[in-house]
Amino acid sequence: MSVTASSWHAAAQILRRDLTLAFRRPGEWLQPVAFFFIVTLLFPLALDPELSHLRRLAPAALWVAAMLSSVLAIDFLFREDGRDGTLEQFALSGQSFAWLLLAKTAAHWVLTGVPLALAAPFAAIALGAPADAIPGVLASLLLGSVSLSLIGAIGAGLTLGLRRGGALLSLLVLPLAVPTLIFGARATELSIHGESMAGPMYLLAALSVFGVTVAPLAAAAAVRISLE
Amino acid sequence: MNWAWFHRFGSPPYFYSVAGKIIPWLAWPAGLLIVAGLWGGIVMAPPDYQQSDAARIMYVHVPAAYVALMSYTVMAIAATVGLIWRMKVAHAAAAACAPIGASFAAVCLLTGMLWGQPMWGTYWAWDPRLVSVLVLFFFFLGYIGLRGAIDDVSRADRTSAVLAIVGFVNVPIIHFSVIWWNSIHQGPSLIRKGGPAMPASMWVPLVLVIFGFTFYFYAVMLMRTRAEVLRRDRGGSWVRDIVAPQEPLP
Amino acid sequence: MLRGLSLRLAEGQALQLLWPNGAGKTSLLRAVAGLIPVEDGQLLWRGNRIEDDRAAFCADLAFLGHDLALKGDLTAAENLHFSVSLRRRLAGGEIKAALDEVGLGTRADALVRQMSAGQQRRVALARLGLWGARLWLLDEPAANLDAAGQAVVVAALARHLAAGGCALISTHQPLDLSASVNRLWRDPKEAA
Repeated sequence: MSVTASSWHAAAQILRRDLTLAFRRPGEWLQPVAFFFIVTLLFPLALDPELSHLRRLAPAALWVAAMLSSVLAIDFLFREDGRDGTLEQFALSGQSFAWLLLAKTAAHWVLTGVPLALAAPFAAIALGAPADAIPGVLASLLLGSVSLSLIGAIGAGLTLGLRRGGALLSLLVLPLAVPTLIFGARATELSIHGESMAGPMYLLAALSVFGVTVAPLAAAAAVRISLE
Repeated sequence: MNWAWFHRFGSPPYFYSVAGKIIPWLAWPAGLLIVAGLWGGIVMAPPDYQQSDAARIMYVHVPAAYVALMSYTVMAIAATVGLIWRMKVAHAAAAACAPIGASFAAVCLLTGMLWGQPMWGTYWAWDPRLVSVLVLFFFFLGYIGLRGAIDDVSRADRTSAVLAIVGFVNVPIIHFSVIWWNSIHQGPSLIRKGGPAMPASMWVPLVLVIFGFTFYFYAVMLMRTRAEVLRRDRGGSWVRDIVAPQEPLP
Repeated sequence: MLRGLSLRLAEGQALQLLWPNGAGKTSLLRAVAGLIPVEDGQLLWRGNRIEDDRAAFCADLAFLGHDLALKGDLTAAENLHFSVSLRRRLAGGEIKAALDEVGLGTRADALVRQMSAGQQRRVALARLGLWGARLWLLDEPAANLDAAGQAVVVAALARHLAAGGCALISTHQPLDLSASVNRLWRDPKEAA
């Protein structure tokens, strides 16, 4: 994949277009955030609402909710552009197809991962986390959602154009997201306990770097097959 | 190097006839090795000094885990060959691997649970290796599900091949992350590390069953691949010659 | 599946595929564009094999399929701006001029989902002109268009061919192009 000045221009155009579209139709990207809040609020209702107990479960609740809401959101990633022929035009634009899909995934992360990370501190406090933990919770979800979006791009590419995509998408994506869940939840847990979260954060960063290199290629291969 | 033999395998009729000749050479040794290994493990080997007879489930559990992982490897390799050289027989072989691998993973998980009850006092402990096999099992299910969801055979082949490769790259990452996760949550693992070296009367049967399961895997994989190749080429004249050789042409 | 095809396009020439339904018009266009792999045979562009330099071929290629690749929630001008910017930088006023040419100059800031099917197709045609590609692959470009709309398609094609471009078009009704640049291909069994 060769990236030139015109590639950056094209990527910027994709970001701009996807953000414009999202602001004209906000329902789509607000839904996953609302879903995230609902799932995290189900935990206190199902458990003992004593804050000291909830605090122990807060990382698990936050990350399970984040993963489920990212699977829900990933369904939008390529679907519209696949249906109306835009992906076809991406493939014929002369730019690297993987690069353009990476730009789309980045836009998707801005629209779903970032709101999720911004919502997480509120949910964390509701689950008994101390205020000191807010930066850590924010940082761990911000970084973890990058690899969730990238894994999701693979899943969305593989299931593009399928009629029964939903449940299959989660079956494909969730096992791949196991490492992100483990390191992300651990980072959040450490930050809630006021300890250094550097170790799992480095591992999350490594997963994101690995994802940026591999996921666009896999997604591009899968989307190309579905365009035939 | 001459690659003609490799390309010949891409031809369905050639593959069909050669695979048919190979299968007995795999199936009979598989049966003999499994019977001998299980006889050695269940009847002849001494009971484990700590776990008594319960440890004998190892003679199924460990080979099943090994073959499940091997199936995934073979599936990923076949999928890669199919994707790069556009070899339909390789795609058919990858498709044939998935249900076998899923079955071995399921056997491994079930026997692991049965073994866990006497050993750990519970049917399920979050042992990292068991969790890795569970994830592997879900990979197989996802692969089978993706294949089933795509109607067009060629698209199903190539899309699922991408998934097989992505999963293959991720298996080690998931395995190590699970080990890391386990080490922070559980302290030392419940399964003894090192321990007393196994006497030959125990490891010889184990190795026999591993080889037996491996031969069994390849035999069944070739059978399934043959069936799959026949199904895909059902309109072709060579299939008609095999299925109904006596029938006169209309 | 298509087999045994051979075709050649010269500068300034249009070839209209008038094959019967189901004969593979769309498949041929998609295979030439590179969206469907070709199992056997070769595709040459300016004497070079396309797979040797796909980026160069794509820069010369404009494909208009069944799906127009327009976003309903963007205006006509925004849609054009986006799809042209994927390939090159735009100068000011270009989009306005292109929309004028297809008769939509006054609708530049209307959302595409509020336009009729025919108007949406005209927006897609305006995009073809802006891309500046030399080879146009058009799949049923006049579908959903009234007589005025068809005239817009023909005028756009005539401009493109006069500038030395070429076009491969699948269509039910032959488009009324001047005979000097136009060839019709009615049967896939013949060479063209």
